[in-house]
Amino acid sequence: MNWLVQVVEVTGFALQTLLTRKGASAATVIGIAGVVAVLVGVLSIGQGFRKAMTVSATPDSVIVLRSGADSEMMSGLSRDETRVIADAPGVARGASGAAVSAELFVVIDLPKRSTGTDANVPLRGVEAGAFEVRRNLEIVQGRNFEPGKNEVIVGAGAAVEFAGLDLGKTLRVGQNDWLVVGIFTAEGGIAESEIWTDAGVLQPAYRREDSFQVVYARLTSPEAFDAFKDALTTDPRVNVKVLRQTDYYADQSSTVYNMITGLGTLIASLMGLGALFGALNTMYTAVSSRTREIATLRALGFRASPVVFSVMIESMVLAFLGGGIGSAGAYFAFDGFRAATMNWQSFSQVAFAFEVSPSLLLQGMLYAAGIGLVGGLFPAIRAARLPISVALREL
Amino acid sequence: MSNDVLVHVRNVEKRFRRGSEDIHVLSGLSLEVPRGEFLALMGPSGSGKTTLLNLIGGLDRPTGGSVEIEGERIDGFSDRKLAAWRARHVGLVFQMYNLLPVLTAERNVDLPLLLTHLSRQERRRHVEAALAVVGLSHRARHFPRQMSGGEQQRVGIARAIVTDPTLLLCDEPTGDLDRKAGDEILDLLQVLNREQGKTIVMVTHDPHASARASRTVHLNKGQLSTEAVP
Repeated sequence: MNWLVQVVEVTGFALQTLLTRKGASAATVIGIAGVVAVLVGVLSIGQGFRKAMTVSATPDSVIVLRSGADSEMMSGLSRDETRVIADAPGVARGASGAAVSAELFVVIDLPKRSTGTDANVPLRGVEAGAFEVRRNLEIVQGRNFEPGKNEVIVGAGAAVEFAGLDLGKTLRVGQNDWLVVGIFTAEGGIAESEIWTDAGVLQPAYRREDSFQVVYARLTSPEAFDAFKDALTTDPRVNVKVLRQTDYYADQSSTVYNMITGLGTLIASLMGLGALFGALNTMYTAVSSRTREIATLRALGFRASPVVFSVMIESMVLAFLGGGIGSAGAYFAFDGFRAATMNWQSFSQVAFAFEVSPSLLLQGMLYAAGIGLVGGLFPAIRAARLPISVALREL
Repeated sequence: MSNDVLVHVRNVEKRFRRGSEDIHVLSGLSLEVPRGEFLALMGPSGSGKTTLLNLIGGLDRPTGGSVEIEGERIDGFSDRKLAAWRARHVGLVFQMYNLLPVLTAERNVDLPLLLTHLSRQERRRHVEAALAVVGLSHRARHFPRQMSGGEQQRVGIARAIVTDPTLLLCDEPTGDLDRKAGDEILDLLQVLNREQGKTIVMVTHDPHASARASRTVHLNKGQLSTEAVP
């Protein structure tokens, strides 16, 4: 009989004995499930955060900052500069004009609904072109603000996370009252964490005179980027840096994303170590309780390597069961769970939903498989190395 | 060498190392077993009976000397070759039956046949025949836990003979059975020896069991002894 059939047969016997070792097997499965759930759960925070930061960005949209500025907070542009930028080649035009918006960005304090503690919430002044630049933006309740009025529209994420942002409520910031006239969505993107108003109203309220911080624009195509950038970076009237929004937001989310991912990986590694010992213990016990059985098979003429594989496969089956349960648990518990956290690069809160993506589930399963592989390897080698004559004498 | 000699053990030594100490289990032992013989190996605990049986069955290798079965030296075989040789030439009967508890009697008996190239139907025929020989056709679908010790041992014997091996090696086959069940097993072994011509080497403590063999040899401190040792 060929080797593969021996593997199948020996593994079949091993898996049939799993039920007779329910307790230890269940402990291993649950241990691995816990590790995978935590890994996937924590990484889904980073994934969700990054998605919120990058989902709205398209390859044809760009952001223009003052040269040397790394974020909107640190940038500043004059009215004249924003006009030069708006006239640069490659800017797309929509139904309501050029897809370009000069914007300013301030941070206001609002209490979190969950804890009541104050948090930094971005209040963005935009021009009419903002809706041509971010075409995924949709008013889902109420209406858009009217230019020249102290009216705001609120991102759906911010409306959920922060108190006082319900439709029809008046928001008092500094000396000014702002009426919430609409709630908008942006496919879960960063804009949903913000409050928007007319830039022309926000400038005097914050004594910004006629200055802005940033220009957002949509180009006719992603390929138009180089010409647009070259035109601006070689124009002596402006001193700016031009970035694709995809690159800008990826960079803006990197600190928090890396921190969450690093922390998640560290926690999962430590827990994984515990689960690994659990799996090792279970498989050593399994091998030990089947020592005579394995020895009998080998005495009858079954080779050692199918025994190694059968132990490995048994361990992997337990690991995949645990991985599957952990992944499913993480998906149902965390996917779509809404939260807000500080983005250290903009010093403002970002509302986002945890994202348990297929790649994260795959990562969880691979982690479980790794635990199963290592957890099964040493017991398998022990099972194969124990001399038959010695193993036959074990009870 | 006479053609009638099936098992030829020449001057074998077997040492085990325990810590820094060498333990000599077999010392220069030689033994011949003619084809068709029913040989009983007797001796006190630790005399080396089971070790000798394991060497003859290719479950272990001697530290020195040679083991020849049907003219073939098996002590130099690789693990892989030895496993294949055991599957083809040796039937093993254990004191504790060593049945797989998750398999029915017929699937336990089928185990050695999985190592052959027989078709499923051919295997089934062999299994039915082996179970008929041991008188357990009606228990084919039963699990070991549903059978008495004597019945389990008969399944063990069916598993040992299902491939029609050259040599049947039994390690205390009645050691875990009451007298009546033990007698039935010994009857069965005698039938296999006399009617099917099986060469049997049986390790036993029990003079009652060894009395059924055609010859008895005694081991003491790793060597053959002419006298029974209490």
